[in-house]
Amino acid sequence: MNLTLKIWRQKNASEKGKMVTYDIKEVSPDMSFLEMLDVLNQDLIEKEQEPVAFDHDCREGICGSCSMFVNGRAHGPDSRITVCQLHMRSFKDGDTIHIEPWRATAFPVIKDLIVDRSSFDRIQQAGGFISVNTSGNTIDANAIPIDKHDADKAFDAATCIGCGACVASCKNSSAMLFVAAKVSQYALLPQGKVEATDRVLNMVKQMDAEGFGNCTNTGACEVECPKGISLENIARMNREYLAASFKG
Amino acid sequence: MSILDSKVPEGPLAEKWKNHKSNINLVSPANKRNIDIIVVGTGLAGGSAAATLAELGYNVKAFCFQDSARRAHSIAAQGGINAAKNYQGDGDSTYRLFYDTVKGGDYRSRESNVHRLAEVSTNIIDQCVAQGVPFAREYGGLLDNRSFGGVLVSRTFYAKGQTGQQLLLGAYSAMNRQIGRGKIKMYARHEMLDVVIVDGKARGIIARNLVTGEIERHSAHAVVLGTGGYGNAFYLSTYAMGSNVTAAWKAHKRGAFFANPCFTQIHPTCIPVSGDHQSKLTLMSESLRNDGRIWVPKTMEDAKAIREGKLKPVDLPEDKRDYYLERRYPAFGNLVPRDVASRAAKERCDSGYGVNKTGEAVFLDFAAAIQRYGKEQAHVKGLDENDLTLVTKLGKEVVASKYGNLFQMYEKIVDQNPYETPMMIYPAVHYTMGGLWVDYNLMTTVPGLYAIGEANFSDHGANRLGASALMQGLADGYFVLPYTIGDYLSNDIRTGKIPTDSPEFEASETYVRENLNKLINNKGTKSVDYFHKKLGKIMWNKCGMARNRAHLQEAIEEIKQVREEFWKDVFVPGAENEYNEELAKAGRVADFLELGELFAKDALEREESCGGHFREEHQTENGEALRRPEYQYVSAWEYKGQPSQAIHHKEDLVYENIEVKERSYK
Ligand SMILES: Cc1cc2nc3c(=O)[nH]c(=O)nc-3n(C[C@H](O)[C@H](O)[C@H](O)COP(=O)(O)OP(=O)(O)OC[C@H]3O[C@@H](n4cnc5c(N)ncnc54)[C@H](O)[C@@H]3O)c2cc1C
Ligand code: SF4
Ligand code: FES
Repeated sequence: MNLTLKIWRQKNASEKGKMVTYDIKEVSPDMSFLEMLDVLNQDLIEKEQEPVAFDHDCREGICGSCSMFVNGRAHGPDSRITVCQLHMRSFKDGDTIHIEPWRATAFPVIKDLIVDRSSFDRIQQAGGFISVNTSGNTIDANAIPIDKHDADKAFDAATCIGCGACVASCKNSSAMLFVAAKVSQYALLPQGKVEATDRVLNMVKQMDAEGFGNCTNTGACEVECPKGISLENIARMNREYLAASFKG
Repeated sequence: MSILDSKVPEGPLAEKWKNHKSNINLVSPANKRNIDIIVVGTGLAGGSAAATLAELGYNVKAFCFQDSARRAHSIAAQGGINAAKNYQGDGDSTYRLFYDTVKGGDYRSRESNVHRLAEVSTNIIDQCVAQGVPFAREYGGLLDNRSFGGVLVSRTFYAKGQTGQQLLLGAYSAMNRQIGRGKIKMYARHEMLDVVIVDGKARGIIARNLVTGEIERHSAHAVVLGTGGYGNAFYLSTYAMGSNVTAAWKAHKRGAFFANPCFTQIHPTCIPVSGDHQSKLTLMSESLRNDGRIWVPKTMEDAKAIREGKLKPVDLPEDKRDYYLERRYPAFGNLVPRDVASRAAKERCDSGYGVNKTGEAVFLDFAAAIQRYGKEQAHVKGLDENDLTLVTKLGKEVVASKYGNLFQMYEKIVDQNPYETPMMIYPAVHYTMGGLWVDYNLMTTVPGLYAIGEANFSDHGANRLGASALMQGLADGYFVLPYTIGDYLSNDIRTGKIPTDSPEFEASETYVRENLNKLINNKGTKSVDYFHKKLGKIMWNKCGMARNRAHLQEAIEEIKQVREEFWKDVFVPGAENEYNEELAKAGRVADFLELGELFAKDALEREESCGGHFREEHQTENGEALRRPEYQYVSAWEYKGQPSQAIHHKEDLVYENIEVKERSYK
């Protein structure tokens, strides 16, 4: 199929960007979306032009690198997948596709479709861990049985890939879903309960300091999250936060 | 040629590590504060090492090329991690894990290292649970296990199909705690481009800031490489796009010997290649072989009909299917080790029984498992076990709970529903057992330069067993390196900061800059990918699942030619002092083009078949790998200007605690 692409091009953080139009021909429906961009880039390189920069690494939906708005939706039109898992069979001949980077104050653009998500790392550094030494002198792994139901829920929360689609799709650019996923994972496990108070307070404080917006419960994050992280986690974090604020 | 000293401690096998740990020199907590360590790589190996070193009190600088430590390639590991916990009471033990790993590696790994790995494996699980890693559990609340290939016990711990992700996020959280305390300084989006050697010791690195293009000097008392494997030399592989050999190769050029480069794992169950546009291959975890049965049609006619779409696989009756692994290897069946399973698939496809358009695919079928689980569930719930629709529905639910994310991944890529029709799979490059040579302390042949995780060569011999890479990465990083490195650093407590304005740093930086300049100013006519694909084709066709003398000799010549052509004709757009992915890629491909030649040379030298290295000249009557006792050694190559001039060194492998036998899975 033949397509028209409108892609955000921006040389670096300090220069202004703009949408640029490209035509691309003979796209196979079996290609992934990023492989389609590879073809465009090879084309540009042949013409001695600069290829479009985008983040990617695993190309199987797990590393959380890839991050782009496709036709106004984070990770594109399909649900529950990242843009690297999106295949061209989701489009048809003659389509025009708009491709833009994540837009959020806390995610400044580095180049073209690449943004700086180090704010996510700093939130984790503020409390996204259990303070146990890695010396191996811990108790036996089976010493504390954990309700399978809780363990499964903790796992579901822990599958967040840190892509930032939740922030990018939220009209307030809130990072609540991302932060709540981590807080929930630990809140559901006995090992995580010990530091629960400090963790939630510190992570939320850092989230605010990074310039993420407030959560007004619109739920766009849950809809666009490629891993299906549930809003339930935000509710749990709110409870944790409330309890911690009373204590703290 | 020389014989390498692996510094294996004296004493009985089971006592070596304990004794060694109590005898090596320590650095006092006060002195650790004055010692800097660079850790390149934040995968399971590098991430866990950085966290533990910082916790012990060292000042750590950690580097990765992704935008966050959490995105290292380890994140993609699916199936699980081994540990000799014996929670299932099925007869597992440290010795059995050790034995399985040495046998699985076709007797080409170092006994003492493997035993240590088996010893510390149980600590890993304890540690990870304490860190909040949500492993799969049974209804009673205890940890669940599954089986992987090449073993007869259930010792694999897992978190659905995302075990690597959960373990890596555990290591990342431990790193974050230390970053918060100021004990680790994290440099993401940085690529290491050289090791700096001062007075014969590794004292720092040159790195490029991938955002600004700036070239930076970083000094330390020791340098640790946890930079992963080099399977992307084949272009198509299950590795992440950025995985590369650059760090290890630069270390090699600075004096670190490269061991067994030709030992590469080709994984039997990956989604087959679909077209020329393809940029990578996707693994379908080995855990699927717990429940999936592998088959091709018994007759060529049926295979042809399936290829042409005239016959649906589900319509082919049982007695017309060849479950060739169950047929050839009744004891291990579908759970034979990877090298054996891959070769068997290739054999069937080469003989004309392949089942997809290209003839390079076999089936992995879950129909039987769905029925088995469905019946079990119906029974447990007191429902009608003979109601086919109900049983199928219940069975699918169980399969989804075990492998849901893998099935989804498959469906997204192939556009077929694996709950309804068997998956199509074919072998693909997946892991490299070879890597930088290290001694028992994980130090390379360059003093103060260490290699951990997939970047080193030590534990998996000629074939790695499933779920053992995660185990090794975390063992090296949490429990081995942080202690062995102290022995070396105890001599550095009075050294003071290592200056970065020495002539050695100057020279390394100049070397790096000149290389980048050359690439940018070359202004040839062909893209980096053009050369990478060309190299990949040579590697796959001539250094892949089956190798022979003539092909390897051709490969050496052809790779040399591609390398020459690359330096004459590569075109790299953009500039040095900006974000420039093509430039980063060009540097990596340049290194693959050197490594590829050494790889072929190593495969040519090894006149035997063992594990993943299959030389057609050396096979048994039944087509199994024929090991030769004369080759019971590690090949370690010393760099001398050109891969063709590399000098061959040996480490003899001695087996005192295990009998070297024919490796049989029948
Ligand atoms: C799809 C897949 C599934 C797998 N499943 C399993 C499994 O179920 N069980 C199992 O045991 N094993 C599995 N493996 C193997 C296992 O995942 C890897 O062997 C292991 O994770 C490697 O870890 P590592 O820490 O050594 O390196 P990696 O995780 O590859 O990390 C390398 C690090 O080095 C950095 N780096 C590399 N080069 C440079 C440079 N020049 N400069 C700066 N930084 C650099 C990278 O940024 C990264 O942080 C799987 C592998 C694949 C591909
Ligand atoms: S919560 Fe979902 S959308 Fe947000 S970072 Fe995690 S995986 Fe991405
Ligand atoms: S590239 Fe890793 S999630 Fe898309």
